[in-house]
Amino acid sequence: MDAILLQILNGLDKGGAYALIALGLTIIFGTLGVVNFAHGALFMLGAFCAVSVKAIFGLNKITLDPTQLTAWGTPLEIRQPYVEIWFGDFGRLMMEYSVPVSILVAIPVMLLVGIIMERGLIRYFYKRPHAEQILVTFGLAIVLQEIVKSIFGANPIPQPAPDTMSGMLDFGAVIGMDAGNVVYPAWRLFYFIFSLSVIGMVFAFLRFTTFGMVVRAGMADRETVGLLGIDIDKKFTIVFGIAAVVAGLAGVMYTPILSPDYHMGMDFLVLSFVVVVVGGMGSLPGAVAAGFLLGILQSFASMNEVKNILPGIDQIIIYLIAVVILLVRPRGLMGRKGVMEN
Amino acid sequence: MNILSLSRSDLITLICFIIAVLSGPVILEPFGAGYPDLLQKFAIFGIFAIGFNILFGLTGYLSFGHAAFLGVGSYTAVWTFKLLSMNPIPAIIFATLVGGAFSVIIGYISLRRSGIYFSILTLAFAQMSYNLAYSVLTPITNGETGLQLAQSDPRALDVAFGRDYGAVLPPSDLFGIEMTGYPGFYFCATLLIICFFISMRIFRSPFGMMLRAVKSNQNRMNYTGLNTRPYALAAFVISGMFAGLAGGLLAVTDPLAGAERMQWTASGEVVLMTILGGSGTLLGPVIGAGAIKYFENIFSAFNETILLNAYSFLPESLQHMMASVSSLFVGEGWHLTLGALFMLIVIFLPGGLMEGFRRIKGMIGRIGGGGDVSSKSETAPAE
Repeated sequence: MDAILLQILNGLDKGGAYALIALGLTIIFGTLGVVNFAHGALFMLGAFCAVSVKAIFGLNKITLDPTQLTAWGTPLEIRQPYVEIWFGDFGRLMMEYSVPVSILVAIPVMLLVGIIMERGLIRYFYKRPHAEQILVTFGLAIVLQEIVKSIFGANPIPQPAPDTMSGMLDFGAVIGMDAGNVVYPAWRLFYFIFSLSVIGMVFAFLRFTTFGMVVRAGMADRETVGLLGIDIDKKFTIVFGIAAVVAGLAGVMYTPILSPDYHMGMDFLVLSFVVVVVGGMGSLPGAVAAGFLLGILQSFASMNEVKNILPGIDQIIIYLIAVVILLVRPRGLMGRKGVMEN
Repeated sequence: MNILSLSRSDLITLICFIIAVLSGPVILEPFGAGYPDLLQKFAIFGIFAIGFNILFGLTGYLSFGHAAFLGVGSYTAVWTFKLLSMNPIPAIIFATLVGGAFSVIIGYISLRRSGIYFSILTLAFAQMSYNLAYSVLTPITNGETGLQLAQSDPRALDVAFGRDYGAVLPPSDLFGIEMTGYPGFYFCATLLIICFFISMRIFRSPFGMMLRAVKSNQNRMNYTGLNTRPYALAAFVISGMFAGLAGGLLAVTDPLAGAERMQWTASGEVVLMTILGGSGTLLGPVIGAGAIKYFENIFSAFNETILLNAYSFLPESLQHMMASVSSLFVGEGWHLTLGALFMLIVIFLPGGLMEGFRRIKGMIGRIGGGGDVSSKSETAPAE
């Protein structure tokens, strides 16, 4: 029981990341009809927002103290971060919470990136075949990741979680089981809650706002919405921006779990596409459900007990499930009729 | 049926192609590409791209998992070296067959779906093979280290024919001719020409017409009572065999095989080669493969000093600025150029270089009084 609970928890944070990326992919696909292979790169860009924020916070003012000498006889350098000088204790707090603080930076940055991407490139590809959409966004993904590589280097850059959330949480005790059996990193649980709330916000936005209503109508029948005198293109540009923000936020908060490097986006992209396909192309709840489902199944497959029976299953479980689902339920778990049928 | 029943223009294309390939070392010398290692790569990836083009160019099915067949071919070839003989002929035969067998399985399942689902399925299979090769299949693939030859290999056929390589690790050899350097290139080049010929025959055959029909409107084909799937599967298997052959040749010229050959970036690369050259054209994929391997080789060798020399005609300050800007795109940053190139081609020239040539030809033809510009090679752009 404990082991099972632990594996479910293990799957939730990864599943959260898959769900967020897959959600964005599905929104873009459902509204714009574009297969965006650069979505993983957006996830990666989000992660590097966190890296840059931390780097900026870490800028030091170097003062030489002539009264103290180092072992080499040069004056001792005293490094003090600018944020600390300017904001005092609040600055120190900001440095510690650099990952959550990066969210504030990531939202406008990713929105801007998304809008530029849509206006500058994607909109010319609405009418072109899916193969060309895949190829051009694939090229864009390579370009983005190489740019990041040339700025930040090829090595993973670890990002610490805030001290208060970097410890372990005795999850078993929280839900009333024996203490000490199910102990889990607090940040990963936090990531799960965070991803749920982002997903909740996106759904609420689509469900309860006028804008969301127009977008949903556009997903169902683009032409009619256009005939009603609504500038659907403008709305969809913003939708693309929102999808970029969602992917970016997923990336920002994932940095303490996985040290970001330039190709993290590609790794997640392939899996997220599988998630979208399993969930059903064009179905938002499907994408979310499949994200968590595959995350949890993946963590179950990496249990030693399972691996002893089926060696290597942890490496291929997601792809295997995708193959089975596509053959048994061609539209995915919750796919709608008429999406990508031809 | 006469095997050489080609139309006159095709025959000319074929002959030109043969001459160009065989004199490759001389033609490419001025471009700094006239050395065997690179030429071998041209030929091998040419074969890979020709095969991919039979699937993607003709049927329109975009496979993102072709690197799996390349990797399988490499592993098979190395195992043939280890178990049977250092002669490349059994190695490439087995590589082709095993590549084909794999593609039958993967193709049979993947082709049940089309469009993006097909792409995802092939990608899933390739990633599965890649992950398995790295983890569980280590006894067969030797995991991260990659599969290599060893002195203790049995090499049953070689022993049977009394060949003893002594205490050194032998390169593969074709009845005594070592498959390195120019002999290796000519071996690959011969196979490239054969593959090109096969692809030409397929393009001109009723079977090729059927594949094109699958691309243009599969539903209509089904309505007329034709089951298209066997045709698509045949195309898939042929291209899988080409990929297996290419993988085998990679092992022939350098007898080791690693799992990274199966990664999906490698699949992306062959897509790029085909698109760059012009998918659905005969010559395009070979040109695309050559161009990418050439630029990869040239660009990734550039460094700061070479750049500074190249800009030496500029004033000093400008020289350094230009050098630092362009150093982003060369050397380590070569992939940036690749990605940008990819985008530019897809955006502005979806038909690839062959369409570019055709446009230029058309322009010249118009200027020159509208002479007959119908090209000798098939240059219909991809839909």
